[in-house]
Amino acid sequence: MTARIPVRALKVAISIAILAVFPILFSNPTTTSIAVFTLIFMVAASAWNMFSGYSGYIALGHAVYFGVGAYALTLLANHLGFAAGLGIFALVPVAGVIAALIAIPTGLIALRARRHTFVVITIAFMFIFQLAASNFTFTGGSSGLQPPTPLWSAVSYNDHFYYVTAIVLIATVALSWLIRRSRFGLQLFAIRDDEERARGLGVRVARVKLTAFVVSAIPVGMVGGIYAYFLGQIFPQFAFDPLFDLSIALMAFIGGLGTVWGPLLGALVLESLQQYFTVESGASQVYLIIYGGLFLAVILLVPRGIIPSIQDLLRRWRTRASVQERADDEAAASRDVVKTAGAR
Amino acid sequence: MSALIEAEGVCKSFGGLQALSDCSLSVPKGSIAGLIGPNGSGKTTLFNVMTGYERCSAGEIRFDGDSITGATPERVFGLGVGRTFQITRLFFRLTVLENMLVATQRHEGWMRSVIRRAGSAAERRRALEMLQFVGLERVADSPAGNLSYGQRKLLELASLLVADPAVLLLDEPTAGVNPVLIEQLSARIRDLNRAGKTFLVVEHNMEFVMGLCHEVTVLHQGRTLVSGTPEQVRANPAVLDAYLGGGDDDDF
Repeated sequence: MTARIPVRALKVAISIAILAVFPILFSNPTTTSIAVFTLIFMVAASAWNMFSGYSGYIALGHAVYFGVGAYALTLLANHLGFAAGLGIFALVPVAGVIAALIAIPTGLIALRARRHTFVVITIAFMFIFQLAASNFTFTGGSSGLQPPTPLWSAVSYNDHFYYVTAIVLIATVALSWLIRRSRFGLQLFAIRDDEERARGLGVRVARVKLTAFVVSAIPVGMVGGIYAYFLGQIFPQFAFDPLFDLSIALMAFIGGLGTVWGPLLGALVLESLQQYFTVESGASQVYLIIYGGLFLAVILLVPRGIIPSIQDLLRRWRTRASVQERADDEAAASRDVVKTAGAR
Repeated sequence: MSALIEAEGVCKSFGGLQALSDCSLSVPKGSIAGLIGPNGSGKTTLFNVMTGYERCSAGEIRFDGDSITGATPERVFGLGVGRTFQITRLFFRLTVLENMLVATQRHEGWMRSVIRRAGSAAERRRALEMLQFVGLERVADSPAGNLSYGQRKLLELASLLVADPAVLLLDEPTAGVNPVLIEQLSARIRDLNRAGKTFLVVEHNMEFVMGLCHEVTVLHQGRTLVSGTPEQVRANPAVLDAYLGGGDDDDF
């Protein structure tokens, strides 16, 4: 146990170091732009996993909180007269809080239902918000909104977004890890495995589920805000995008549902692939075919996701080693017995 | 002795089916009570009503003198009523020890629970003690889904004990369990009873019920047929009729 903690600390330190030096090593704006999108999706997939991965309730409407975050940041920046620049990043946490406030009533309604019905209700919310955003005047209708555009040099433009998103990512992963090992996390896992029995053991399921739902909406709202500011423009169909929901769910599935690192790995692979193909081929929808192919491969080869499959493999390998060790010990012990018996 | 948990005049129907009609049951504090009856006589439904999983259409459930009619399962458990299920339910993807820690939740606050680690050292120690008590300490770190059927029954019981409930409602604890484990189970129940725990046991295994229980209630077609000591119940001709008429002869 004592030996494993430094290993884990080392892993985290290396990950943060890579995160910190990446834009210095790869300063090409095309690359850093892909990196920003990838980080945004890593945050979203990780946050989604905090609720859906841990509780087993598959939500396909987190685009609501992404879009609310995007619109909240843009509207606040425009109406409060924020000058384009770093100051607008102060609105990122505000976007997260507003997303959480929206998640309370929507979560309360959706969580009245279980499993499949829950999924359908979350999808419905996503379309309701998309429709609302295209029809209200304060959201700019179907022509969308534009946040202020900062006048940073082209070379370092992406870096600002990169580091802000990286900080949000670190905070999100830390929270995900804390929840996973907490009592609250144990309650979520209990709900995933058998909700009725969890109730019978005193778990206040309604409260636990809603808390996880609202908490998971916060980082999604924050990166929604960053996304709007980064693109410099938002439209209802991109802020409230059904593909966003499928993407983050798929990322978590591929990496490993309910693990801390799985969604990060899934997002890293899928989002960077998608951005790469979009840039390279110019055909923005090619990635959907690749998503489909990858999903099939995962279902066939590693149905529980990449990370849990690797962990299983390691565990089996370790067990085999320890069984071998024990067998050796026993053989040695029986030899000793034979020896003492012989001496007698 | 006063009743720790009791049902009075409980009625419950599912559509046109009257599962319980004017059914009463009283479990004295510190006793082991048995609940028997032919299949479909309403035993599990009565359990569900008493633990908040079903709402009754009439009647009252009391725990320690206070009405808990219509309370949620979470609250009923919080008051000190633990239950097991007819078909064993565990958190199959969690480890045995984690299964034990879920029930400790009732002792702690809400927001703090998000940050604090699951299971303090004391809680883990207690959970391990309980696992030792039922003979499962060696498998503490394996997934609950890997346990044998009998071990699952023991784990289900042990995971309730962590929360120290005053009364335990066991739904067919011996179904599908081998005779050696049944012996172990009834020994554990006796130990716990001696330590002050009250039990209500639904069973088809007559040997088990008659050997263990201080008092037995017989349900038939949703009604309380007889209530008394095992000897009284055994000697009652109405009970024999109910079992034969119900088409379930068991080993009675």
